[in-house]
Amino acid sequence: MSDRERGQADGRRQQRDEDQSAEAVETEADLDALDDLLDEIDEVLEENAEEFVKNYVQKGGQ
Amino acid sequence: MALHKVLGTETEYGIVVRGDPGFNPAVASSLVVNSYPGQRVKVQWSYEEESPGRDARGFGHDTYGLIDPEGAVVNSVLSNGARLYVDHAHPEYSGPETYDPREAALFDKAGELVMHRAALAAGEAAGRHISLYKNNSDGKGNSYGAHENYLLSRETPFADIIRYGMTFMVTRQVFTGSGKVGKENDRPDIEFQITQRADFFEEEVGLETTLKRPIINTRDEPHGDPAQYRRLHVIIGDANLSEYQNFLKLGSTALLLAALEDGAIPDSLDLADPVESCWQVSHDLTMGRPLELDGGGTATVLEIQGRYLEWLSKYVEKELDDPVWDQVIAEWERTLTLLGSEPDKLADTLDWVAKKRLFEGYIARDGLSWTNSKLRALDLQYHDVDPAKSLYDRLASRGSMRRLFTDEEIAHAAANPPTRTRAYFRGRCVSEFPGSLVAANWDSLVFDIGESHLKRVPMMEPLRGDAALVADLLDNAEDAADLLRRLEG
Repeated sequence: MSDRERGQADGRRQQRDEDQSAEAVETEADLDALDDLLDEIDEVLEENAEEFVKNYVQKGGQ
Repeated sequence: MALHKVLGTETEYGIVVRGDPGFNPAVASSLVVNSYPGQRVKVQWSYEEESPGRDARGFGHDTYGLIDPEGAVVNSVLSNGARLYVDHAHPEYSGPETYDPREAALFDKAGELVMHRAALAAGEAAGRHISLYKNNSDGKGNSYGAHENYLLSRETPFADIIRYGMTFMVTRQVFTGSGKVGKENDRPDIEFQITQRADFFEEEVGLETTLKRPIINTRDEPHGDPAQYRRLHVIIGDANLSEYQNFLKLGSTALLLAALEDGAIPDSLDLADPVESCWQVSHDLTMGRPLELDGGGTATVLEIQGRYLEWLSKYVEKELDDPVWDQVIAEWERTLTLLGSEPDKLADTLDWVAKKRLFEGYIARDGLSWTNSKLRALDLQYHDVDPAKSLYDRLASRGSMRRLFTDEEIAHAAANPPTRTRAYFRGRCVSEFPGSLVAANWDSLVFDIGESHLKRVPMMEPLRGDAALVADLLDNAEDAADLLRRLEG
């Protein structure tokens, strides 16, 4: 995660901290889980997305 | 009472040879199929009943130096009763005939494992990394299929299937879609849509599968006694990674067809323009835009699906004892309820919702736009059959996707046939008598037992050849010749 991204994530967490309702707590857990998930996916992502997408061509299907 | 709904899936996988953008897909697909290390028999496949032009197996220029002498045989029958082969320019896994939708979804999932093992072995042999994708579109206007097959009675008029099936097929897309970034095939621009396939459907009814695809496909190839059976070949569906979603897709459709045969669908709920509605359903993430009905009036996609659920719940209650159908109804109810109230909660069940959640997360975190190639790469990678790369598998292994099967069940299904259909006989013959099995089709096996003539065993009844009928026979047969003697006796 870059500093900018970390900053955004921290910002979102702070925003969430200000809301105390039960629903917000649930949403906060969801968002934390999502942040973790994205971090995990970053590890396995295709290195050159543009090249990967460009070369993905599938002709001759049903 | 409707004929028992024997069913199964057939899926073409996307293929990429890393570091070789100019690879020949037919050659690479042949290599994948021929490299599969699991138990199987490479066979001649009888194409008698298959349409001309489907066998586009061009063995082109670059063979990576390793198509073996049997390289031309790109057909095999696996010990789980499935067929693994090359169709057009894709490796394809056609799952065995199964007894119920849970089993059909399980053997479809086992296909991903088969493909992963085949891709690993092919990559090792070729000295290149080969990736396979269980999806249906390259995002550039090319689509490839994930088809479903359901056994019907020959007595069911095809006109009834068209009449009562059309609106169901269009509207079930809200829970059959695997999601896709963008549009294809000259449809209106969209950031993200529910299905991979809808953009490619252009006709209501027809025989085509590769262009001008129809919502109801009329291919009449029963793979069984043609006097008794039909097989409905459903081509309007996405390849699903989610086990629950696949189960729901197969289960709800099997129920619709059974009820249709029993005259238990009271209204055809005709759409004014099924093709237009097909695109609209896929493009409308709110699921709230009204669909025009034939003869006036409108209804939302969820209202229409709610009618089917209501009718089929009653049908199950009245006609079906097997608890698997109660599970289909419960899953369907949960899905429609949440789609109408909190669709994001279905990120644990529906591929399209899971993807949307992921992509929106990236957009928020990295400030991406929907047209960024990173999102398209994520979209493809969700479907990679390699668990180390698959985004679906990331979600599933964290517990973010509900699982219907254990890894052990899936591994077992990749090697062993279902027990309640003729696929049992086929699969067991592959395990027990691989040296004697020389040709196969869905409805027959051909043995060479060293006599002057080959011996053909017809299997025209999809439910005959199950474990209850032939397990003892197979357990006791010393060899294929002995098996055939016992079958005759």
